[in-house]
Amino acid sequence: MARPILEVENLCVDINVPSGVLRAVQNISFSVARGETLCIVGESGCGKSITALSLMNLLPGTAHRSAGKLVLDGQDLGNLREREMSDLRGNAMAMIFQEPMTSLNPAYSIGNQLEEAMRRHRNVSAAEARDRAVFLLEKVGITGARSRLGQYPHQLSGGLRQRVMIAMSLMCEPALILADEPTTALDVTIQAQILHLLAELRDEFETSLILITHDLGVVARVADRVAVMYAGEFVETGTAEQVFNAPSHPYTQGLLRCIPIPGKTKRGTHLGAIAGIVPNLVGRLEGCHFASRCPHVHGACRSGELALRPAFEKSHHYRCVLSPKDCADNLKAGVAA
Amino acid sequence: MLSFAIKRLGVAILVALTVSVITFSMIYLSGDPAMALAGEAATADDIANIREFYGYDRPILVQYLDWLFRALQGDFGQSHYLKTDVASVIFERLPTTMLLGACAISFALILSIPLGVISAIRPNSLIDRISLTIAVVGQAMPSFWFALTLMLWFGINWRLLPITGTSSWLNFIMPSIALGYYVTPGVMRLTRAGMLEVLASDYIRTARAKGLRPLRVLFKHALRNAILPVVSLAAVQFGFMLGGSIVIETIFAINGLGFLAWESIQRADLPMMQAIVLVLSVFYILLTFLADMINAFLDPRIRVT
Amino acid sequence: MSQTTTPPSGARPDEKILEPTPGAQLRRRIFGNTGLVIGASVLLVIFFVAAFAGVISPGDPYDQVLSRKLIPPIWHDSPNVTWDHPLGTDSLGRDYLTRLFYGARISLFIGFAAMLISGVIGTTLGVLAGYFGGRVDMVVNFILTTRLSLPVILVALAVVSLIGSSLYVVIWVLGLLIWDRFAVVMRAATLQVRNLEFVSAAQALGCSTWRIILSEIMPNIANHLIVVATLEMAHAILLEAALSFLGLGVQPPEPSWGLMVSEAKGLMFFDAWLITIPGAAIFALVLSINLLGDGIRDVTAPENRN
Repeated sequence: MARPILEVENLCVDINVPSGVLRAVQNISFSVARGETLCIVGESGCGKSITALSLMNLLPGTAHRSAGKLVLDGQDLGNLREREMSDLRGNAMAMIFQEPMTSLNPAYSIGNQLEEAMRRHRNVSAAEARDRAVFLLEKVGITGARSRLGQYPHQLSGGLRQRVMIAMSLMCEPALILADEPTTALDVTIQAQILHLLAELRDEFETSLILITHDLGVVARVADRVAVMYAGEFVETGTAEQVFNAPSHPYTQGLLRCIPIPGKTKRGTHLGAIAGIVPNLVGRLEGCHFASRCPHVHGACRSGELALRPAFEKSHHYRCVLSPKDCADNLKAGVAA
Repeated sequence: MLSFAIKRLGVAILVALTVSVITFSMIYLSGDPAMALAGEAATADDIANIREFYGYDRPILVQYLDWLFRALQGDFGQSHYLKTDVASVIFERLPTTMLLGACAISFALILSIPLGVISAIRPNSLIDRISLTIAVVGQAMPSFWFALTLMLWFGINWRLLPITGTSSWLNFIMPSIALGYYVTPGVMRLTRAGMLEVLASDYIRTARAKGLRPLRVLFKHALRNAILPVVSLAAVQFGFMLGGSIVIETIFAINGLGFLAWESIQRADLPMMQAIVLVLSVFYILLTFLADMINAFLDPRIRVT
Repeated sequence: MSQTTTPPSGARPDEKILEPTPGAQLRRRIFGNTGLVIGASVLLVIFFVAAFAGVISPGDPYDQVLSRKLIPPIWHDSPNVTWDHPLGTDSLGRDYLTRLFYGARISLFIGFAAMLISGVIGTTLGVLAGYFGGRVDMVVNFILTTRLSLPVILVALAVVSLIGSSLYVVIWVLGLLIWDRFAVVMRAATLQVRNLEFVSAAQALGCSTWRIILSEIMPNIANHLIVVATLEMAHAILLEAALSFLGLGVQPPEPSWGLMVSEAKGLMFFDAWLITIPGAAIFALVLSINLLGDGIRDVTAPENRN
């Protein structure tokens, strides 16, 4: 594998809240290769959006980021000043947000907002920027692109707005795109189109993609590698195949039991649910974060620091006291039940 | 946009007509206007003569329509006291009041919008606290007292500014501050609240994610949206200010509409009072209509439909 | 499946955060809010002074002693100052402190009464507009726009001059003029509440409209009502002062604060304290009411701050 586009080691984000320090992201490490798609999966509030924002350095003022290593395409992001960081945003790395309805400024035409993204970073004329915008609008499947430039966000549907957001992220050919739940706010039929589009554009422009989602169906379709996030931590990482075929962490197993998998889930079986709620992340949590909801919990889970440990295959890791074999047994037992 | 404008214009005209009815009926508040005009020493014949002369003997509806159509042509009748054309006196005094109002609103906006913006960027900072204090104090200060206090310090104790009259632009400084200061808290709070809301919005995050410089995010993306309600408020406040000018003009002896209104009230000059109330109300209605139009023009969600 | 539906094991003790009780939170919000405390205290003092003006005043507010006129307040460096008149006397030799005390009565009474009248009008219009919407809303909106286009001070002055000035005329004129904010806020608050489940439930149960408005809507918009009421009371006090200052509010020899400033206007170049003292009194009263209102808003709806 070539040198990765993004390398992250021990990324932590602490947020000051009235009741203390909320440890939103705790020691996560990952890397993304060129053209690769990493999916970060987890339920709402697990810290996945904060992770994305922290990579862009767009965290709210009350949040504090720290990282052992944070390198984008050979450039260390860890100690960049805001000014230097803003040179990279929308340029080397771009972000697509969850809410297409509110993510575009209602006061300006989409042409204006698209061109602005390019003129900020590239020394191009207005006409060149406009041509690029038209080119990308066509790429994202918007017909009559040139005439659309003068339109305002309120004249476009949610799906179209998200396409505009995707085009905007591509204006400067970024090496990495962070997509934070890009399809969640859209209709189901549009979701598939947008997802397909993202995957297509990723291949065409050789862009790396970090896709953040709670939807395992989305993950199954586009992910090369998957990181399952729970309560601020990665609890399982691996290739999409490894995580889907041999989920090791009880949380991943629970998640997968919650969705129907074509060809695997038999007609008539009930889908699962994970009981309980995510623990409060204010203050320090001892032991396994999933312990309060885990069906296999026992004494050893409650204390000490747990590290990610290798599963059967290389590049597949999970964070649990149980051995790979126990995990595999749990999986079988769960599927049987 | 056009249909929006027409609808607004229709409402504005209806409101203006209603206001004209209210203004017209004001003269009947004191009972019989002819009796009030004639004074206590008048005989029944005098009163009857006055009634006939001013047309108070006609049916009220006729009187109103007559008054309205004349007013529409710019004829507000004769002043009872000055015995001259009401309209010409009003339009002679109006520019002074407009000038005062314009100075006052400029002062208010120049002070309050930057303070509001800075307070929103740095909530709970020193500047935020100071502006909040200014706002709270400003809303509690009686305008006449503030005006007199300014006069006392800048005019008498320090002798920096002329106290009364309209002989030079220096004369307008204190009245503008006294009149405008009352408006600053509202504009400041609205600017701050609007900016806080806009700065927390998704499209500001998008703008930052594009790598735009902070000032560009602030001025191009945030202020443009936060300023919309401020435009309306400024127009409304400008209208209120013209009404409030009666206090300030009286104190600083500025020969404007407010002073004229006060004089006319003292002299029980009914046609003059009526005309001033009507002119100021219609001006306010025009202002709010204009503010709506500016807003519609600035907001593509209304402009482009 | 049985595994995933196992009830979650109890929360670990170290996850628990010691949360203050709701009562303590409320107290902290109240006493953490210095504005509220200051406002309430000052208002309480003024209220006390107004209520017991007859007992605590050093003199009579109408007693003129022309031989003792224009005595400066005691902090002035003048041979005339005397503890008999801590705040001095006015141009007619009336004790200024006494007039100030009695003036508090007038301000509070006019402010409160005008606020009550405008509150009834504005709340009725606002709640009806918010609850029924549609045509009713349009009509109320029209009345509101018309009212807003009339300049308050000017109309109040004209009307007072036409029907003759008295305390009650001032109260009614102000009350009939300043209901606009009540209507605006109550309309918005009702709109928020009217689509909530408990209102729908009451409607489904077949409760009468009046019952729903009185027992479901009103209690839930009461906090907004109190906030507007304080602000409008302050507004009415300021307007009364302005009217009295212009000579068309409370009439002499009543000790209205606005009138006191007006009477001292001609002497301000020589005896500035004559306008400073009553002006400061109006300022303190209005400020304390506003602080109280802002404080109540913060305490009842912390999310509305900023």
